Amino acid sequence: MTNPTNLSLAKLRDALKKKEVTSLEATDAYLARIEKAKALNTFITVTADKARAMAKSSDAKLAKGEGGDIEGVPLGIKDLFCTEGTLTTAGSHILDGFTPRYESSVTTNLWRDGAVMLGKLNLDEFAMGSSNETSFYGNVINPWRREGDETQLSPGGSSGGSSASVSARLCAAATATDTGGSIRQPASLTNTVGVKPTYGRVSRWGIVAFASSLDQAGPIAQDVRDAAIMLKSMAGHDPKDSTCINRPVPDYEAALGQSLKGLKIGVPKEYRMDGMPEEIEKLWQQGIAWMKDAGCEIVDISLPLTKYALPVYYIVAPAEASSNLARYDGVKFGLRAKDFSDITSMYENTRAEGFGNEVKRRILIGTYVLSAGYYDAYYLRAQKVRKKIFDEFTEAFSKVDLILTPSAPSAAFGLGEKTGDPVQMYLNDIFTVTANLAGIPGASVPAGYDKQGLPLGLQLLARPFDEETMFKGMFVLEQAAGANKRPKEWWG
Amino acid sequence: MSIDKDTVRKVARLARIAEPEDRLEPLAKEISGILGWIEQLNEVDVEGVEAMSSTVDVLLPMREDVLQTGPTGGGQPDNVVANAPKTADHFFVVPRVVE
Repeated sequence: MTNPTNLSLAKLRDALKKKEVTSLEATDAYLARIEKAKALNTFITVTADKARAMAKSSDAKLAKGEGGDIEGVPLGIKDLFCTEGTLTTAGSHILDGFTPRYESSVTTNLWRDGAVMLGKLNLDEFAMGSSNETSFYGNVINPWRREGDETQLSPGGSSGGSSASVSARLCAAATATDTGGSIRQPASLTNTVGVKPTYGRVSRWGIVAFASSLDQAGPIAQDVRDAAIMLKSMAGHDPKDSTCINRPVPDYEAALGQSLKGLKIGVPKEYRMDGMPEEIEKLWQQGIAWMKDAGCEIVDISLPLTKYALPVYYIVAPAEASSNLARYDGVKFGLRAKDFSDITSMYENTRAEGFGNEVKRRILIGTYVLSAGYYDAYYLRAQKVRKKIFDEFTEAFSKVDLILTPSAPSAAFGLGEKTGDPVQMYLNDIFTVTANLAGIPGASVPAGYDKQGLPLGLQLLARPFDEETMFKGMFVLEQAAGANKRPKEWWG
Repeated sequence: MSIDKDTVRKVARLARIAEPEDRLEPLAKEISGILGWIEQLNEVDVEGVEAMSSTVDVLLPMREDVLQTGPTGGGQPDNVVANAPKTADHFFVVPRVVE
């Protein structure tokens, strides 16, 4: 038997069902890899005892030929999902010691289907960041390095712990969340597959809220099949989230390998950005060629409002965040400042100590754009432009079935390289943020490497609730690209 | 639009975040930079466009007006206060607010 950590989630699932390996063996093998990969700083909390207990319970079921779809498969959970009895931090000092008494709906679904929790994964504080450099628990290091260069690179963000862990094979797959690109951009920077489903496909209940009209959970996985298996388990109706839609969850895995013949693929000219590396442009053209080879018709489309998506996002997301993060006041959970003179200074000092600089900056912007006299000029205008962006996508999808774009404007960048200028950092999400504003599904698939050997991804966007067509397209891209290299294990 | 130090002080107060005096000027600069970049939205014609707050085109579901069971249900004061920094007899304890 090969080392179980070398198997994809799908292959591990099958090996567990055939009793070629036990869940406890797989779990111990992953825990050993996690122990050796501390330099990557991907886990905030490793739940070794819980993992072994869950694995033993899975093994008992598997021995009797029972168990769920992913029985015994060890996963990493982004530390934005509340897990009962396990510290949940959102990467923030302000949630010090927070141990939920309840379980998020997504993780409840995963445990229902038999998955094993290895631990909680690092992330940008409250998922606010594109490089995993805003976490109170320190930077996550990308397992990938430039060839012949030891510069530490960012794994992307905010789901940097998820992307780096899956890339370094520290878990079979991971949960993640995406508010402006936080699943797809890190996936692109680490040679992993990331899927942001349609808004309303997956329950947000029990996920620490950032921007409620944009947040959506999804998987980061080793390959397209694994992502399909993960999403099927994570998705589904939940009465506890009033925006979670009640419609059946398809078997996404069954869509893989189906023909794309006759599908129309949109290529939006506005996604060709000034200063974008030539390699990304070339990869995009290559992606177009692969889709043609698969029998698709390529359609040039125009999404003229693309350049306004990020400015809209940086009004809507901070506005919603300033409201959502009002609950961290030193009263109900987490940190309370030691020094204060009255209740107001208790709030103010707790929040000053507990939030990092990026989170504070966004709360201040959100508070400002919602304040009296500025609401119409900023927030209302942003919501109107958002509607126009939504309409633009609806119009595009009346002509095409999928849209193909690059996932990110660059390969992985060095830690510290973009922290000086917030706007430069925000531009990382330029290709991904539109899907959040329009509520449509999007996914990043590994498609090639730049001249320094760093991974690059291509993004597919689909109609609302048409993840099946998206998965069909992703599988074709994955097969054509064959970009399944793994990073050199420099970390020990 | 650029914002000044006094506006940052006021907004920080509204947001209940204690910002030390020496942070106000740098914050005003950073936030002005971001707002300046956001200003490009003024180029878009939004006349007659409806503001969008959700991409999900459904009415909020109604449920029976009864006490829920499970984590959102009642009768679990221990769980409600379990994570609070300071409690007494299932109450959250805060500094005195009424003299």
